[in-house]
Amino acid sequence: MRRREFLEISVSAVGGALIYSLDRRPTLLGAQTLRVPLRFFTASEAKIVAAAAARIFPSDDAGPGANEAGVVIYIDRQLAGPYGRDRWRYTQEPFEAGLPELGYQGRETPRQIYRAGLAKLAGFDALDAAAQDAALRAIELTPFFALLRTHTIEGMFCDPMHGGNAGMVGWQLIGFPGPSMSFDDEVEKYYGRAFRPKPQSLEQISGERVKPSEES
Amino acid sequence: MKTLRHTDAVIVGGGWTGLLMAKELTARTPLSVVVLERGASRRKGEYSASMDELDYYIRLRMMQDPSQETVTLRHSRDDRALPLRQHGAFLPGTGTGGAGEHWSGIAYRYLPDVFELLTRTREKYGVKRMPEDHSIEDWGVTYNELEPYYVRAERLMGISGRAGNLNGRAIAGGNPFEGPRSVDFPNPPTKIPYLAAMFRDAASSLGYHPYALPAATISQAYTNPDGIARPACTYCGYCERFGCMIGAKAQPSNTLLPLIARQKSVSLKNDCWVQKIVHKDGRARGVVYRDSKGAEFFQPADMVFLASWTLNNTRLLLLSQIGEAYDPATGRGSVGRNLTHQVAAPAVTGFFEKPLNRFMGAGSAGVAIADFDGDVFDHTGLPFLRGGTLYSVCYGFKPMTNFGVTPPSVKARWGPEWKRAALDWYDRTGRIQLYGEHLAYRGNFMDLDPVYKDAFGQPLLRLTLDWRDNERRMAEFLTAKAVEIARAMGARQTIPFAGLKHYDGTRYQGTHLQGGAIMGASPERSAVNTHMQSWRMPNLFVLGASAFPQNPSGNPTLTAVALTYRAADAIVERYVKRPQLL
Ligand SMILES: Cc1cc2nc3c(=O)[nH]c(=O)nc-3n(C[C@H](O)[C@H](O)[C@H](O)COP(=O)(O)OP(=O)(O)OC[C@H]3O[C@@H](n4cnc5c(N)ncnc54)[C@H](O)[C@@H]3O)c2cc1C
Ligand code: SF4
Repeated sequence: MRRREFLEISVSAVGGALIYSLDRRPTLLGAQTLRVPLRFFTASEAKIVAAAAARIFPSDDAGPGANEAGVVIYIDRQLAGPYGRDRWRYTQEPFEAGLPELGYQGRETPRQIYRAGLAKLAGFDALDAAAQDAALRAIELTPFFALLRTHTIEGMFCDPMHGGNAGMVGWQLIGFPGPSMSFDDEVEKYYGRAFRPKPQSLEQISGERVKPSEES
Repeated sequence: MKTLRHTDAVIVGGGWTGLLMAKELTARTPLSVVVLERGASRRKGEYSASMDELDYYIRLRMMQDPSQETVTLRHSRDDRALPLRQHGAFLPGTGTGGAGEHWSGIAYRYLPDVFELLTRTREKYGVKRMPEDHSIEDWGVTYNELEPYYVRAERLMGISGRAGNLNGRAIAGGNPFEGPRSVDFPNPPTKIPYLAAMFRDAASSLGYHPYALPAATISQAYTNPDGIARPACTYCGYCERFGCMIGAKAQPSNTLLPLIARQKSVSLKNDCWVQKIVHKDGRARGVVYRDSKGAEFFQPADMVFLASWTLNNTRLLLLSQIGEAYDPATGRGSVGRNLTHQVAAPAVTGFFEKPLNRFMGAGSAGVAIADFDGDVFDHTGLPFLRGGTLYSVCYGFKPMTNFGVTPPSVKARWGPEWKRAALDWYDRTGRIQLYGEHLAYRGNFMDLDPVYKDAFGQPLLRLTLDWRDNERRMAEFLTAKAVEIARAMGARQTIPFAGLKHYDGTRYQGTHLQGGAIMGASPERSAVNTHMQSWRMPNLFVLGASAFPQNPSGNPTLTAVALTYRAADAIVERYVKRPQLL
């Protein structure tokens, strides 16, 4: 087993609610820093991913972003789980290049795509925002960036059991209520005006501990 | 290989068609039935904690695992086929209930002329107007013959809607272009979410005839003729790709399984991957299957039913070498021919002024128009045959897959400008879908792939499939109509569908692939007769949409279920007494 790596996040950056979404194994170091055990990334990789996700979905006056939602934790868990190692992809030989209409035909797993992509972004987290944007623009058309962008959105808006959307900041941002048992009373009533109930997670509405696919 | 105890009938696949046949046979005859389903069983309460977009909608927990089995795809015989390494254009189901567990529940009857497409089109337009390489066929059964079975299928599921044509009498608010119904829907229409209501009003203002989608997400509590009770839908929006946690959506697990569970004469076995049909002297003798550990079993049977959906029905016939494999060069052979995929696309994405609350809704809560369907409109001067429906359905939009769409005026794809615009428009973005007919062509077919294998080492199915100009032009025409409606709905900006180019295995279109073992009135041009019975092997029946000679615009399941009822009647009433060609 590799040495355990941790991501240290300052609590003020993520907001108190993060405690809830990481309730499986976070340890609080002092009052200001959370140490989140990483499952796939090294600590320095995690910092690059967090910094890049924060440029894709920034925290600004339009609302919280990838940092507050804990996007990097979502991505770390996805890559550590069966998705990251292509457990569900057809990976029999021969691998051959094909038309785009046939979908991704590469051999590389999401984990490998990230490892290679991150290697080229060494030092990214230390750059200033403008330099970071330039570095991302340079890789905008790569499969790695496409994954990073998709995963950032996913990590913003997933059910908190997957490690992202901490404190349901993402859902609050867009007025998504999360899973709900019924909109029978509202569906024909709220024509053209926003219905924004307080979001609830799957565990909250079902009262069950749900095992997410990344833990299978 | 272990030989198991003989059974009267073995059914391969436990979805709508397989379980319905099992239910009919065991309720109405003393026959013993074994259902072999490759996927897992369904627990009671299975769906109570399944409302998770990532695991169900994106990671596709309920679907066939492509690492074990997929298909290969190419556009023409001159291309090299490659495997679809991850799901894309369609999502084959697995496990008890099959795709019927996670379907959306839109339950169309087909237009009457669909069943006689070859005859009617030739009569009206002449051979010259038909695409050169078409292989359109009549079904061998008419709408009127099928009508009573449509009624049974609708009652089984409790379909909600309003008739537009009741015994020839026009009813306002229904689809005026539909075939005559002998009775109204078992339940009134569903509630209509806001976006669909906007669509309805705009379509009316343009002189079209909007109607509520026929829905298996039922509008009120309902007890079907088998005594199965289901509650009303609550518009939670977790239908498509999910099982309904309260059982409001008709699913095999909540309408058929309870009846089957009561019958001693049927046994439903999971984790049984059927490999081939064993046959001798023109008769099926049973099937060979493996469990996931690889152990092999022979299940002998007097009757074999394939109910493993379009792709595996075809593949099992090819692997078992039953019937003549289709040869596109000569046009001979019926197994594998007439592969079609319903044309489906987001005709237009509109950006609206007011919030839509589009997380509310149900898989089949929506409104459609059929003013450009089939041959109901004037095709004079139009460069294509047939047509399709346009609709707005609020299936319950979720953020992981839908966030980030911005109007054409926004160029950024990430960063602050994009974020602000994506947030601003998130709940004000709505789509109109188009669903069109896909004609059959000589060059679109299925055979076994020479290179790629499944987890058991058996050849994958190879799809040779591409669009022709008829579909491209039809989609373009429907897109223009949809844009017009979106504008009338008040869309400030629109993104029209970019058009069909080549068949795209990555864009989800719907799990409505059909053909491969088509039905018809003659053994030369079809694989099964109108009772789903193999022409070559009278004790073999092939159920489901593999029998549809070409792809109508409506979704297939109600018709597949109606045809299964019809086959069951013929088997129960005639075949059981005299096992021969019906
Ligand atoms: C997301 C989604 C939405 C849909 N929405 C609609 C809709 O709104 N309206 C509509 O009409 N249709 C819809 N459909 C399609 C609909 O689900 C299918 O038409 C219908 O369920 C098919 O029933 P079937 O019995 O023919 O096949 P299936 O339900 O596919 O069942 C076949 C079964 O056979 C099993 N099987 C396959 N191969 C083997 C083998 N070798 N050995 C043993 N078992 C095997 C499979 O595991 C499966 O359980 C939708 C489908 C999907 C995926
Ligand atoms: S929308 Fe209705 S039918 Fe669909 S899952 Fe929810 S309650 Fe069930």
